[in-house]
Amino acid sequence: MTTKHAEVEQRAPYVGRAVDRLDGPAKVTGAARYAAEHPYPNLAHAALVHATVARGRITAVDTAAALAVRGVIEVLTHENAPAMKPAPALSMLNPSTMASGTSVNYLATDEVHWNGQPVAVVVAETPEAARYAASLVRLTYQESPAEVDFAAAEPNAVPQKNNPLQSAGADKGDANAALAAAPVRVDLRFTTPPHSHNAIEPHATTAVWDGDDLTVHEGTQNIAWVRQHLAQRFDVPARRVRVLSPYVGGAFGGKTMIWAGTLLAVLAARATGRPVRLVLTREGVFHTVGGRTPSTQRVALGADADGRLTALIHTSVARTGRVGGGPEQITSASRHLYAAPNIHLRQNLVQLDLVANTVMRAPGESIGTFALESAMDELAWELGLDPIELRMRNEPANNPVDGKRFAHRMLREAYALGAERFGWKERDPRPGAMRDGRWLVGMGVATAYHPAWQLPAKVGVRLTADGTVVVRSSLHEMGMGAATAQAQIAADTLGVPMEAVRVEYGDSDLPPGPGAGGSGQTASAAAALLAASHKLKRSVFALARHAPDSPLRGRRLDRLEARDGGLYEGSAGETYAAILTRAGRDHLEAEAGPGMLGFAAKMLRDRRNWVKAASGAQFCEVRVDQDTGEVRVSRWVGVFDVGTVINTKTVAAQLRGGIVMGLGLALSEETLVDRRTGRVVNASLAENHVPVHADVPRIDVDWLGDPDPTMPLGLLGVGEVSITGVGAAVANAVRHATGRRILDLPITLDKLL
Amino acid sequence: MTEIRMRVNGVVHSLDVEPWVSLLDALRERLGLTGPKKGCDQGACGACTVLADGVRINACLALAVQYADKEITTIEGLAQGGELHPVQQAFIRHDGFQCGYCTSGQICSAVAMLAEHAAGMPSVVSGSAARAELTDAEIRERMSGNLCRCGAYNGILDAIREVATP
Amino acid sequence: MRPFDYVKPADVAAAVRAVATAPGAKFIGGGTNLVDLMREGIETPDTVVDLGGLPLDGVEELPDGGLRIGALVRNSALAADQRVRGRYPMLSQAILSGASAQLRNMATVGGNLLQRTRCPYFYDQAAACNKRAPGSGCDALDGFNRGHAVLGVSEQCIATHPSDMCVALAALDAVVEVESVRGTRRIPVADLHRLPGATPDVEFELAADQLITAVELPPVPVAANSRYRKVRDRASYAFALVSVAAALEVRDGAVTAARLALGGVAAKPWRAREAERLLVGGPASEESFGRAADAELAAATVRPGNAFKVALARATIVATLRDLTHGGSTA
Repeated sequence: MTTKHAEVEQRAPYVGRAVDRLDGPAKVTGAARYAAEHPYPNLAHAALVHATVARGRITAVDTAAALAVRGVIEVLTHENAPAMKPAPALSMLNPSTMASGTSVNYLATDEVHWNGQPVAVVVAETPEAARYAASLVRLTYQESPAEVDFAAAEPNAVPQKNNPLQSAGADKGDANAALAAAPVRVDLRFTTPPHSHNAIEPHATTAVWDGDDLTVHEGTQNIAWVRQHLAQRFDVPARRVRVLSPYVGGAFGGKTMIWAGTLLAVLAARATGRPVRLVLTREGVFHTVGGRTPSTQRVALGADADGRLTALIHTSVARTGRVGGGPEQITSASRHLYAAPNIHLRQNLVQLDLVANTVMRAPGESIGTFALESAMDELAWELGLDPIELRMRNEPANNPVDGKRFAHRMLREAYALGAERFGWKERDPRPGAMRDGRWLVGMGVATAYHPAWQLPAKVGVRLTADGTVVVRSSLHEMGMGAATAQAQIAADTLGVPMEAVRVEYGDSDLPPGPGAGGSGQTASAAAALLAASHKLKRSVFALARHAPDSPLRGRRLDRLEARDGGLYEGSAGETYAAILTRAGRDHLEAEAGPGMLGFAAKMLRDRRNWVKAASGAQFCEVRVDQDTGEVRVSRWVGVFDVGTVINTKTVAAQLRGGIVMGLGLALSEETLVDRRTGRVVNASLAENHVPVHADVPRIDVDWLGDPDPTMPLGLLGVGEVSITGVGAAVANAVRHATGRRILDLPITLDKLL
Repeated sequence: MTEIRMRVNGVVHSLDVEPWVSLLDALRERLGLTGPKKGCDQGACGACTVLADGVRINACLALAVQYADKEITTIEGLAQGGELHPVQQAFIRHDGFQCGYCTSGQICSAVAMLAEHAAGMPSVVSGSAARAELTDAEIRERMSGNLCRCGAYNGILDAIREVATP
Repeated sequence: MRPFDYVKPADVAAAVRAVATAPGAKFIGGGTNLVDLMREGIETPDTVVDLGGLPLDGVEELPDGGLRIGALVRNSALAADQRVRGRYPMLSQAILSGASAQLRNMATVGGNLLQRTRCPYFYDQAAACNKRAPGSGCDALDGFNRGHAVLGVSEQCIATHPSDMCVALAALDAVVEVESVRGTRRIPVADLHRLPGATPDVEFELAADQLITAVELPPVPVAANSRYRKVRDRASYAFALVSVAAALEVRDGAVTAARLALGGVAAKPWRAREAERLLVGGPASEESFGRAADAELAAATVRPGNAFKVALARATIVATLRDLTHGGSTA
């Protein structure tokens, strides 16, 4: 296949340019094969049976009708399924112990912990037979009282515990007293609903056993976790488990943990001796995989008459499942954004009998910034102050809660550039003053904020005698352009054209890459890639420096420049191919990456010294129908401080993608959990309203491009920051258009009628 | 079992299918054409979009037997003679995708949408107007049957716009 | 999906014979609703009778200036028909407001008429639903009912009919022609769909062996100035919270003819006859439009989740009539 137009931008240096995705041709031709698309001889198909009660025990199982369906091979329930080992206890020394979506030992127990829990698996010759037979499995339950209503349980929340990675609260000064004494204050209570990732690829697993060797095709954000978790649950050495995940059809956090479908596909394959494919139904995704917690939040702000904050209170309640899930950093942005002398932050939790919650794009910050940034906007109204000016007056010099240094802080610049691009000065500050026919026009801003994370990763780099460079690491490609970015970095650091670089990824046989989470994959892999490339250059140079006929003989590596496919000092030098050929080597290889303990120690040291984050300024224009309250977002500008930008094309796409998901969070997305049964009611893409083409305007994104001095290559991460602040920017624009402050997401038209 | 003949991407296939097999599953599981994706199996996402006699449809809500003797085009059949279809090229150039899972459907949908527009098909944006100009709002409405959760909508729009107005 | 037999008759007579002898048989047109419901186990026909081979896909002129639309005309083809766009713009717009282009390319006029509700409790086999499982109860009454009906509801069911097209057809006094081995029958669209009452599982004034062969539109001069306005939770590809099909003729500031029907508010497309009666002869003013809307909506029975629909329906009716007063039938 060829593409017609040569990309003129694609030349060295590659970092900082617009480079087409390496996997583009595979994706636009349908050649890219996802987890459910690998044919195997004798492949069987599995389908799950989901519980229909919220809590209780299975008292009877009737599989006769299911087994009678032509093509059914086996029906596995807790009465006949082979045992898996239970999920491991959490250990800080082994991050893969966090991999389990829930603590349930599926099909080894008659207990039901949530409505929708997988309780049986049907294996059949065709997907049609498996699904039909699954509908015929009859289960009888003895129900127990279940707690499933977040609104009812929320007053009984208990404080979240601190852990080394997450702080559950902060106190500075006396925020309550300062709030009471403040001449101007707002005190607001917000709610945000559960959200679902709704990746267009449903979770799918193809599992193949060959003796004790297991091959799994799985769309995952953490290949290493899947490998280690499956090895542990099925009691085989990790080296016997191979996980292949070169294409992931969207994830957004939903494919970080290991959920029932993965385990039960592997179990079914073991039980039947057949390769088994299990694709969750769309409804099954809602029942099997957790989503974002709902929240209630209080934000109270006190300020003096000039708009300088005297008190900042941000508290939250979130939920976990009784059998899994974890807290979110809902108040995280309030630790970092405003220079209040008195701060009180507290995160609280309830446990409910629902599917365990899990991480979803910017867990915590996406919904926490909705509350904080809505409250700041409301304070600006109270003060009669421009909302950007209010933020600038409270821009801190150091981290507000503890005085640590910011590694990078460019919010002033982001707002200045954003205001100019957006035309903020055209905004008539009076509510409802701007109109376009039947539409009320409003403009709002909000701050985006997401911490920068670095994760342990190993990367191998191989140089072959024909001049080809192969970057090898089990990176995850869910659409971020991960491989393309690493290829750009490798091409620059080794001085080769991009066409000479191949990236091998998505395979557990490769050096273990970072998990794709915390917006940290690119920086984490880049650190290891740079180290490995340096080692590789040393090895290459070692071959040349003593060679009598090498122009590099007697030179020093630190004076050499990697370019034109080799090492050069001025015009003297030679290509890698020449060096390897002379030395009779067909390839050289180097691998680098920190050990777990050293990495953890460095990270904790780093976090004592610095506050690192990506941030940004979101500008939103909405139109609200004067009659019906329909809200349409008509313009968007987002300016971000994300440090170095590797690929302007894919970074722009990712920033836009976060904003689009934020538009859904703001206006339409809500996963409805029936308060009587704990069952997800709108378990479909028809009723769970993610944004469609028609909801999304032109989104203008830009970045400041200043490298962060403390992160590898200056990268702060781009995957999550742009969803933060979006909910508030929309709510603030709606406030401007209509005079109405909406405190409860999503901002559906009934709230504006 | 019903035996059907179906021309897929220019090749005639003879298939024995049970009536409950969807066109999507027939393509993916029987013919190995996994370009069309199963996102929801409910007609709610558009990832399974293929062309039947040139018309875009959701293959997940079609029984294969209903489409006997039809000409089906999937994403695998758009490139001609080793050269990508202009819409495919434009998707790469304008980064009209991220994870790639909705991409086959988006591209097939876009190809058919341009043909529909050329044939005078109206949309709810143009209302009853005799002839709609293909504005951004038109393209967005006409493509709204294809969800992209990665949010690559701007890139998709740019790609289609480029092909529509060369 | 339960296994089933598949037959594809070559003509209408064979099609109606095929179902006359098989009580568990079901017609399939485009399949966009039926295949989904079969996959969910909600529809479990023994035999599926594929109408794809029948010659019912034409739109013909009627001598009185109306149109006769074959039951197998695709939704997209009907929306694109120049006669429909010129004479009945609300119908074209209604169809184009529904679903997606792909689904409109598949769906037939006959199938669209017989769509079943999108109530999520109807779709979930684990939920109580009198429509799906008579006598089991209705989880929507005290559950999530933001999308549910406010007019013509019963204590057994508050589901809505999801079609957009049908709302326009109801406003236009369309008539459905049905065929069975027992002969031909004509049913006004306004009477085709039943209100739930005590039997929400009985949805249509149609026997299982009757095949819709055509829809006839009478001439409706006022419909030349008409429009369909759909209000929903996202800008496209979502079912209506409320929709309005309206036609209006105004002379010297007074309404001389009006058609009005509502979608998203009842188990059937809701022809707003009371509102029409009040509109005609009255002034073309917002106050008058509002009074007409209020009169139509006075009988609304609301739940906490869907109470807003009354205000939304009123606002949408008034806005749509206002737009029609100020001319132009485009959206």
